[in-house]
Amino acid sequence: MNCAARLMLIAGSALALAACTTTDGSESGPEVQSAASQAPAFSLPPTPADPYPSTYKPYPGVETLIIPTTVFDGAGGRIDNGWVHFRDGKIVAVGGPTTMPPDVPNVIDGVDKFVTPGIIDIHSHLGDYPSPQVAAHSDGNEATSPTTPDVWTEHSVWPQDPGFSRALANGGVTSLQILPGSANLMGGRAVTLKNVYSRTVQGMKFPGAPYGFKMACGENPKRVYGGRGRKPSTRMGNFAVNRQTWLDARAYAEDDNPKRDLAKETLVGVLKGELLVHNHCYRADEMALVMDMAKEMGYRVTAFHHAVESYKIGDLLRENDVCSAIWADWYGFKMEAYDGILENAALLQNAGACVVIHSDSPNDIQRLNQEAAKAQAAGKRMGIEISDAQVIAWITLNAARAMGIAEMTGSLEPGKMADVVLWNGDPLSVYSRPEKVWVDGALLFDALDPKRRPVSDFELGQPGEGDVK
Amino acid sequence: MKRALTLVASILTLLSGTANAQDIAITNATVATGDGSAPIDNATVIIRGGKVVAVGQEVRPDPAIPTLDGTGTWVTPGLFATVTTLGIWDVGAVSQSNDTSASGSPFSAALDVAPIVNPNSQHIIIHRAAGITRAATTTGPSGSIFGGQGAIIDLDADGQPITKARAFQVVDLGEGGARRAGGSRASAHILFRAALREAQALIGKRGTPQTTEIVKDDEVMLSRFDAEALKPVVAGNQKLFVAVERAADIRSVLALKTEFPRLDLVLVGASEGWLVASEIAQAGVPVLADALDALPTGFDELAATQSNIGRMKAAGVIVGINVSGAENPRRLAQHAGNLVGLARMPGATGLSWGEALASISSIPATISGMAGKAGVLKRGAFGDLVIWDGDPLEVSSAPVRVYIDGVEQPLDNHQSRLRERYRDLDESDLPKAYDW
Repeated sequence: MNCAARLMLIAGSALALAACTTTDGSESGPEVQSAASQAPAFSLPPTPADPYPSTYKPYPGVETLIIPTTVFDGAGGRIDNGWVHFRDGKIVAVGGPTTMPPDVPNVIDGVDKFVTPGIIDIHSHLGDYPSPQVAAHSDGNEATSPTTPDVWTEHSVWPQDPGFSRALANGGVTSLQILPGSANLMGGRAVTLKNVYSRTVQGMKFPGAPYGFKMACGENPKRVYGGRGRKPSTRMGNFAVNRQTWLDARAYAEDDNPKRDLAKETLVGVLKGELLVHNHCYRADEMALVMDMAKEMGYRVTAFHHAVESYKIGDLLRENDVCSAIWADWYGFKMEAYDGILENAALLQNAGACVVIHSDSPNDIQRLNQEAAKAQAAGKRMGIEISDAQVIAWITLNAARAMGIAEMTGSLEPGKMADVVLWNGDPLSVYSRPEKVWVDGALLFDALDPKRRPVSDFELGQPGEGDVK
Repeated sequence: MKRALTLVASILTLLSGTANAQDIAITNATVATGDGSAPIDNATVIIRGGKVVAVGQEVRPDPAIPTLDGTGTWVTPGLFATVTTLGIWDVGAVSQSNDTSASGSPFSAALDVAPIVNPNSQHIIIHRAAGITRAATTTGPSGSIFGGQGAIIDLDADGQPITKARAFQVVDLGEGGARRAGGSRASAHILFRAALREAQALIGKRGTPQTTEIVKDDEVMLSRFDAEALKPVVAGNQKLFVAVERAADIRSVLALKTEFPRLDLVLVGASEGWLVASEIAQAGVPVLADALDALPTGFDELAATQSNIGRMKAAGVIVGINVSGAENPRRLAQHAGNLVGLARMPGATGLSWGEALASISSIPATISGMAGKAGVLKRGAFGDLVIWDGDPLEVSSAPVRVYIDGVEQPLDNHQSRLRERYRDLDESDLPKAYDW
């Protein structure tokens, strides 16, 4: 559309004063220039510190007492013949057979059932690689530069991903961290969500959760960029690019009045400890190098993700207080996963290092309890006994700690969010499933009520709408 | 109990010396035969000459053969994993080590996995240790809709993995096939028909061989060798595993029988099979379905649900678990166990315990042409059995002993060796590299 036509279309509106570029690139019309010069100095409103704030609000719930039941509190504790009481979206108390339960009208019989905190997945791509897995939905890797600290996963998350409902109903997942992919050394900001459908991603954002920052070691970045004939194409290239990027961020942090730079703002947030680093890294030797790089540059690695070789350096990980977010049994799909073993989690636990079981999968997120149980059993077979209650912590409180939300959820401590799963049997058994799931005290899945399960927009009017899945 | 097992094992090792089949009786175990029935308490299994000879509570072992007290253990047939790529790759992302697809090849249906299965592959050894004793393994469609001729393999250590070569042909007539055929299901279907008509002509049954090859740009969709390889398919002498998910695609596959009546069809995937379960049952076409697909991963799987297998089974379909839907095939038992748990959920349809075990043993074996031989503990079957330390479908259980053709198998592998090396992190005397 040429300039004249556009002016005609918008004639009569204030926008008619807008500058119209002529073919020689100059602005046309003297009145435009005079209008601009006569306007008062234009002052921009300040940008908010939290520009896409959470609008999540807990849904209404009913004061509830589950009794008697077996309670895994998420913090490593187990109570047989116990009870759990929540009200106004918060855990009020958890008790055992010798503690008097409160008098509450809504009592749920938990005989032969188990209660755990809501399951937490520290590594998910629901929303940024949603179902259906079509190219138009592939929003997890901004694979156009080896470092993209400027991108924020929340801007990619599709809140209608049907996967959220499966994670809730089959997996008892109440909180999850959505990360960018691992094509880039620095993939961008991760976002933590409550697993409650909303029309907007802001409506799912976990209030008060810190941002995560996704980094990636090893094969992926060097393959993606090396394959394009650009840096990094080697592991040493990976480190060189990372280190220079951190040095530039440090310079930015020391600049009194820098031009705003989204990438560096994120990196400075990491240096200040406001963002938690989640570093995709498989090999033990690379993790050791990354921990040194973190010391060199003045940041902390909170967790290594997919850390299939963590068992080789349990001591280092303990000393550096870095969690390993791992699968139970993935191995062999790429060279850096060749040494994956079932006993990884147990060996780490035995070494006193932090273990989190993660999914990185829209399928495994539905069975994190089973993945944790497999890892526990592998340890037992080699003589490492880990209590069931501790294993539940791998998928609840440990994940919450590494996501910076442990003050709010992850265990059944009084005052925390009433994110609660009632299992129809031992959650570490293949035969058990969530029967009810509460998020902030609101019952959002009930296996006994066909309507008390979420159905995403995508699935409405499609085959299988509202089916058990 | 564990000590007793170890003791008997050492005696057995002394006795056997070679990898010949051992005669052995396992007593006092919980035995699940894999035929769909419930487990039997305090039962005995006898293997002689590499074959199962007797199973049950009433069986009395011959005092002349070694006896293993199975108290506290479970005994099942070796698990039968379909559809896998076991033995044809080492590291997925290391292309030199990965023979699962051949997109640059001018051949498709003619590809034959039998000569390329590596019995020393870590994946074979690791999955043997997970209780899988036989598998259907195959290359997959890549350059064309046909994936090639899959084999039934055993996972034993004798260096001879092939139980049955060229046991089945693989074709993708779903979304994947459509892409490979040039971009549309219509193209996949006409390519399929052209290929089968050519095979018919080559047999001399109908028409005259017309083409030597079908090409698209510089890609060969069907070569003369591929058409030759389809002769046993069109004659019904080789099973045809058809990958499809959508209900409509399943119907179209079932309808192929009117055009090519001898086709011995097996549906693979079939996420929406439950929507057309009665039609599948009526056609008598068995299914290898993904057990735990519950997401609309594509537009051909909108109705995916974990109840798919249970609902198809209830409608009379013969259905086994397709393990290619799992992260790795050693999750076979976990997937079956999930379907048992599912049966307790309101509105869902799962399997009984016995049916669930059958879905990973006798049923996939039968579907793969190994009925009565593999995946079942009955007289005359292969001496493939697994002794487990607990309920085999439970995630906490694992095999303690694995027999294939009556031979006890080594279970050590790369992973178990790493586990032992890193049992502790002590390097006070020497680096870890000396700890082996």
